[in-house]
This record gives sequence, structure tokens and C-alpha cells, in this order.
Amino acid sequence: MNALEIKNLDFAYEGGKNVLSGINLTVSEGEFVCLLGRNGSGKSTLARLINGLLLPARGSVCVFGMDSAEKKNLFEIRKRAGMVFQNPDNQTVASIVEDDLAFGPENVGVERAEIGERISYALSAVGMEEFRYATPSKLSGGQKQRIAIAGVLALKPDMLILDESTAMLDPKGRAEVTSVVRELNKNGMTVISITHYMDEAVDSDRVIVLSEGKIVMQGVPAEIFSRAEELARYGLNVPKAAYIAKKLRENGLPIAEGIYEGEALEKALCELFQKG
Amino acid sequence: MLKDVTFGQYYPAKSFVHRMDPRVKILLVIAYIVFVFLIKSFIGFLPLIVFFSFTVALSRVPVGSVFRSVKGILFLVIFAAVLNLFFYGGNDAKVLEIAGYPLKWWIFSVTEQGIINAAFMSLRLVLLVLGTCVLTLTTTPMDLTEGIESLLKPLKYIKFPVHELALIMSIALRFIPTLMEETDRIVNAQKSRGADFESGNIFRRIKAMVPILIPLLVSAFRRAEELGDAMDSRCYSGAKGRTKYKVLRMGYRDLLGAFAAALVLTAIILINIYFPHIV
Repeated sequence: MNALEIKNLDFAYEGGKNVLSGINLTVSEGEFVCLLGRNGSGKSTLARLINGLLLPARGSVCVFGMDSAEKKNLFEIRKRAGMVFQNPDNQTVASIVEDDLAFGPENVGVERAEIGERISYALSAVGMEEFRYATPSKLSGGQKQRIAIAGVLALKPDMLILDESTAMLDPKGRAEVTSVVRELNKNGMTVISITHYMDEAVDSDRVIVLSEGKIVMQGVPAEIFSRAEELARYGLNVPKAAYIAKKLRENGLPIAEGIYEGEALEKALCELFQKG
Repeated sequence: MLKDVTFGQYYPAKSFVHRMDPRVKILLVIAYIVFVFLIKSFIGFLPLIVFFSFTVALSRVPVGSVFRSVKGILFLVIFAAVLNLFFYGGNDAKVLEIAGYPLKWWIFSVTEQGIINAAFMSLRLVLLVLGTCVLTLTTTPMDLTEGIESLLKPLKYIKFPVHELALIMSIALRFIPTLMEETDRIVNAQKSRGADFESGNIFRRIKAMVPILIPLLVSAFRRAEELGDAMDSRCYSGAKGRTKYKVLRMGYRDLLGAFAAALVLTAIILINIYFPHIV
């Protein structure tokens, strides 16, 4: 079964024109997919449709085989596809971390003893064990966002949707969150990450570019990031390393195509120096 | 910085009183308030004062912090005392005299009963505030919310939204520091654009607050909407089918507290019977 199956999806907000049109997208279990696009490309709307916060105008969204159009499925969809939002301040409901993490499991009626276990599990998954009794408002942005992820993990989801969850963080916080998400993905979590930081897309299995409500590019990062001109047309830049590699290539250095990652570039440059 | 303002006046410690069940503490405070009004004579305050002192000692809250709470109602105490002092209107009113001059002027007169009443009222008010502030000093706002929710539970049968009310309260508490921070930010932003909050008369100053309040309100609504989405996606669907992680448990401390309160009540009733006069 696919984790996500979107078929011929159209969506428009009330009285507006289509925000998304003709979206077809399949994500298999355990995949790490990055959705890229400039502001207004419809990427956040797509995230909301996957989580059942919005319902399609036409077409269908199926999460783990459950159609979001059926009201009785919504609860189960949200349980299995957890969503982390952009603003770390607007996602916690309680003044103590532990109470906040309990919120999700409480909502779905988990037994008390198990809630305690789930809180411990969620905190260890995001590396925040020692903050169980802390106050979220006193944590850093990155820590708050990790707590938000933990709050979703406490529901034991199989898919994580990140709606620009690193957009409001400083570089350190962004690195914290990204590494937590990567770790989760390694352990089998399906991840759909919406971002406009190219460097975050580098590690994903697949990159999808949205523009004006349509999927305009799709492929593995190496392929997508080699099409810099096309990306620029959709208002996106290639990752820094890809950009540098391209410039070096243009200036006559023999750097292989398909380098878009800091480490790979470093290696290529080192080899060049060794050759003299 | 606004952010540093601590909300409520909770004094963190792990004392006997801190560890009591918030429900029992709330009920004890209600009982305490009733006791204050039951008392008819000065001597009747004795058991209550002993009870109060004992509680404060057990709570390990500095006495200074407890008494600081009186500052807020000082004006009220003085006002009540002055009224009682000058306007005792009983039939047994006996105007006091100093060196042959009666202390009476126009409608004001100082009587012996007036002085006694003023002292009695002041003591009553001060004890009232002192007692209730022990509750807020030893109980976190979260625990208070839990306690209130639990105590109001019977109201569910008349369709009163107890769970929703408690959730609203705890979310409000949770957002206080966030909104404080935001206010700070807006104030600074407006100041950097030349806004003046410090000069002019009161109306001018109130008017100067508008450019702070409007952005604050707008952002609060936006936050509310986002929080709503976040709650939805974490499967929130009201009180139905919900479990609770935190359970309040009563222990020996609560039993002792209730026992002490019963003792105080007995003492007050006995004193009221044997010493029915105020002095």
C-alpha cells in the first residue's frame, strides 16, 4: 500500500481560483519527499489536504488507503499522518512539555500508563528527554519545534508532514530539526517536507517542485538540481554546493555533473587538488 | 522586560502544602473564607490565625511574600476601616471625648464601637486575602485549572462545558508569556518608528496604546487559528472519548488538612457560643 495517493486533485479556496490543479502524486512508505515551491505555489495547501484539514474540490486524497473525503476517516488519517507547522509558538497547548505531549494521545483515548510511555518515546526520538518538565516558552526555537514534532510522534504516526517547520528557526535550530527528521526517516517514517530551503532537499529521496498549483518538476535531487535554469524560472535556487559546482564548471574546472551536496563537492575538489 | 513578569505568584517549592491535592486546597480556602465570616468576636480569630500561621510555616513560603499580597488591598482595608470608624450608627453609640471635647463633627463621629468595628473589619479583610494568597503561592496555575476542572465535573450533567472551560484556561495560561513577548516586540517596533508612550496626559497615553493593541489582537487571532489547526491535526475532537494523563490523587496530607479545618470550625463554633460579644 502506498503511504499517499493523490489523484487528479483540484482545490480552490471559497470564491477564489484554483490553488491546486491536476495534482497526481504517489508517495510510497518510508519515502522522504521534499515539496518545493515559492510562496503562493500551493505547497502549504497541499500539506493541509493530506492531513484532512482541507478537503479536495475534485479528485481524491488517500492516506494509507483511507480517503480523506470520508469524514469517519479523518481521525484515523490525522493519527497516522502527523503534521508539524511553521510557527513553533502556535502548536503547544500546555505550559509544561509533558502535558503538551499528552494532548494527542489523550485525544485519541490512549490509556494513562501508555501515555506515559509514549511521552518518553517521543522525547527520546527528538533528543529532549531532560526537558520533560520544562516550560515550552522558555525553550529555543529549535527545541520548541522538536517538542512540536514529539507532540505529533506521541500519536505514533507513520507519516510526518512538515509544513515549513524550519522556516522560522535560526541555522542551529534548523539543523537540529532536520537531523531529527532524518533519523526518524531512517527508522521507517514516511516524510513529506515542505520547504523553501534547498539545502534541506538535498538528502531527500525525491524532490517535487510546485508552481502555480501544478507539479512542474519531479525527480531525484541530483537530477532536479542539475536543472538550475528551470528551477530559477519557478523562483527557486539550487543548493549552495550545486551552485558553486556549476560556477566552477563554467570556469573550466572538471567537476562532475550531479554534484549538489557539500560533502560531494568537497571530495571532488580535494581530488582535483591532489591531481594538482 | 515584560517577558520577565511572572504570572500569578506561584512560589516554587516542594513543601507539605505544595504537594496537597489542588482540589482539597481550593475547598479548604472556600472553607477558610466561610470561617472568616462566621467569626463573631476577636477571640474567635485565634484558631483561624493559628491554622493560617501553621499552614504558612508548612508551606515554606517566605512570610514576606505572603504579607506582600495585602499591599494590593491596602486601600480597601483603609477605606472600610475609616467608614466603620466614623459612621457607627447603632443605638448604643457613645461618642468618645478627648479632654472634654467630643470627637464629633458634622456627620462624622468617633465612637468606641466604631473603633472596634473598624479593627474587626480590617482584621477580617486582611485574613481573607492572606488565606487565599497561600493557595496561589503554593499551587501552579496548571494545577489550579486541573483542580477547578475536577471540582466542576458534576456540572457536566447539566451540559456545562467543564472540559472546554478548563482547556481554554490552560491555553490562556500557556499563551501569556508568548503574548507578553509579542507585546514587547510591538512596543519596540512602534518606538523605533517614533511612537511616544511616555508623555502627555492620560487620554493621550491611552490613545498611544492603540497601535500596540491592534497588531497584538490581529496576531492573537492568527495564532488562535494556527493553534486550532495544530489541535485538529493532533486529533482533538472535544471531550468525548478523551482520556486524561494527569490524575489528581488525595493523600494523607489532604486528610490532615481537612481534619485541621474541622478542628478550626469546631473551635470557632464553640467560641461563638461562649463568647458571643465582639470584644
